[in-house]
Amino acid sequence: MPALVTLALFFFLPVLAAFLMSLTDFDIYCLADVRRARFVLFGQYIRLLQDPLFWRATLNTAYFVLVGGPLTILLALMASLILNSERLRGARFFRLAVFLPVITNMVAVAVTWRYLYHPHFGLFNFFLRKVGIGPVDWLGDPRFAMPAIILLAIWKNFGYHTLIFLAGLQTIPEDLYSAARLDGASWLQQHLHVTLPLLSRTLGFVTVITGIGYLQLFAEPYVMTQGGPLNATLSLVLYLYQQGFRWWRMGYSASVAFVLFAFMLAIGSASFLRRRRESA
Amino acid sequence: MIHWPRWRKRLAVAALHLLAFLLALWACVPFVWMLSASTMPAGEASQFPPRLFPSSPTLAHYSTLLDRLSLARYFLNSLVLAIGVSLASLLVNSMAGYAFSKLAFPGRRPLFTVLLSTMIIPGQVTMLPVFLLLKHLHLLNSYLGIILPGMASVFAVYLVKQYFDALPDSLLEAARLDGAGDWAIYWRIMLPLSRPILATLGLFTFVGTWNDFLWPLIVMTREDMYTLPVALATLMGEHAQDVELMMAGCVLTVLPIVIVFLLLQRHYLRGILIGGLRE
Repeated sequence: MPALVTLALFFFLPVLAAFLMSLTDFDIYCLADVRRARFVLFGQYIRLLQDPLFWRATLNTAYFVLVGGPLTILLALMASLILNSERLRGARFFRLAVFLPVITNMVAVAVTWRYLYHPHFGLFNFFLRKVGIGPVDWLGDPRFAMPAIILLAIWKNFGYHTLIFLAGLQTIPEDLYSAARLDGASWLQQHLHVTLPLLSRTLGFVTVITGIGYLQLFAEPYVMTQGGPLNATLSLVLYLYQQGFRWWRMGYSASVAFVLFAFMLAIGSASFLRRRRESA
Repeated sequence: MIHWPRWRKRLAVAALHLLAFLLALWACVPFVWMLSASTMPAGEASQFPPRLFPSSPTLAHYSTLLDRLSLARYFLNSLVLAIGVSLASLLVNSMAGYAFSKLAFPGRRPLFTVLLSTMIIPGQVTMLPVFLLLKHLHLLNSYLGIILPGMASVFAVYLVKQYFDALPDSLLEAARLDGAGDWAIYWRIMLPLSRPILATLGLFTFVGTWNDFLWPLIVMTREDMYTLPVALATLMGEHAQDVELMMAGCVLTVLPIVIVFLLLQRHYLRGILIGGLRE
């Protein structure tokens, strides 16, 4: 029962309260006295739609999810095929190495990468210069800031997906590959016609959690760019945080939270509908 | 394809190892640089051309961090919170799991369904009201402000319930005949039997809490209550020029978790697989 009480206290009620809050003009004056908040109905949402910064944050987040997500999954898929091969010696070591970024702290990692991206002494530009490119002002140039953050996110997360793909690969019976080889299928054909179809459930799951996880982009831009340059890396959660906990416009912030919720629901239900169709 | 010439086979295996090596390198280089830069003499990490290894390794930045910037305090905060949330979460959620699995009470099934469906609500939605609630309870800048909201986890309840469901009811009946109450059954029979799943869950929660950033950033506004990630992000604002110092801070934040992970990876990886392949 205590679990239900804490869940109710810290979950059910807050969701309700958050929704009510998003219908008010709750701001810094209401922190001292809640009675100052007035109902504005959907006023906050309407304001949101007219707020260019909100649109900027939405587009940036979409950019991050739609470009970063598929790239992460693709790299993880390839990594899992490499690490799943029985001819690979020391597979255990390689799996651990790939998993190291996953368990480490986002802030420490973002701080480190800030220096790796440094225009003068960063390792990235050093190697780029060796092949005759650059220097690139990764985090200072609005065109490169989001790609830089995506690169970091891929590095940080692909090991997690690799592990899940590896588990999925292990459920595919080996005889299917032997049969395919007997039929003369090449390496690529084996994976296109055997691995991919049998991995589709895992792939679907990974897509959903990546989409939902990447929608919550926060620590990377908070530490590395503070949303800059020129708001090129302002994400929805960063905007929510700034509005709510820096400017204390909590009603406004709550409406951003519900928009985020709606996006997540869209991703979740899309996958749910697809699964229903498949099983029907 | 079946009868590949030998050299092609060898080439393929070599390429495989090269690719795996490149992957591992790509994953580990930032850590190597972090570790290496943290032992460089002041200013050496921001030289051009960049150095990969220190000219004369030093631990000076670590001692600076520890005495001048009270990193020991942040470390302690992180540790107390990670342990506190893990233990509280294990206790509370396993009790709920027991109730949902073995106790008959009205509305058990619909309640559980409602519970599961809340998993889709993102934390950011509940953040604002929970913050206000904590403010009114005067729990901001306190350990409880993170432990209390952190211990309620639907995923944990679900996992423990699944595990308890697999334990035979005859076990409970035997205990009841011997005169054991619900509490005794839960504490003396169910918990010892579910040690593996509890270890997995506890470790998972520990790592998650240790690495969490957004919530501690919101709750802990007083400097002596910062967790390591919050302290690190704040230091970044003030000491961005001291590359070596920042890297020492990163190492101290990352290293404990890496050690814990390497020691207990079996439990941790199982947590991910259960989480990843559920349904």
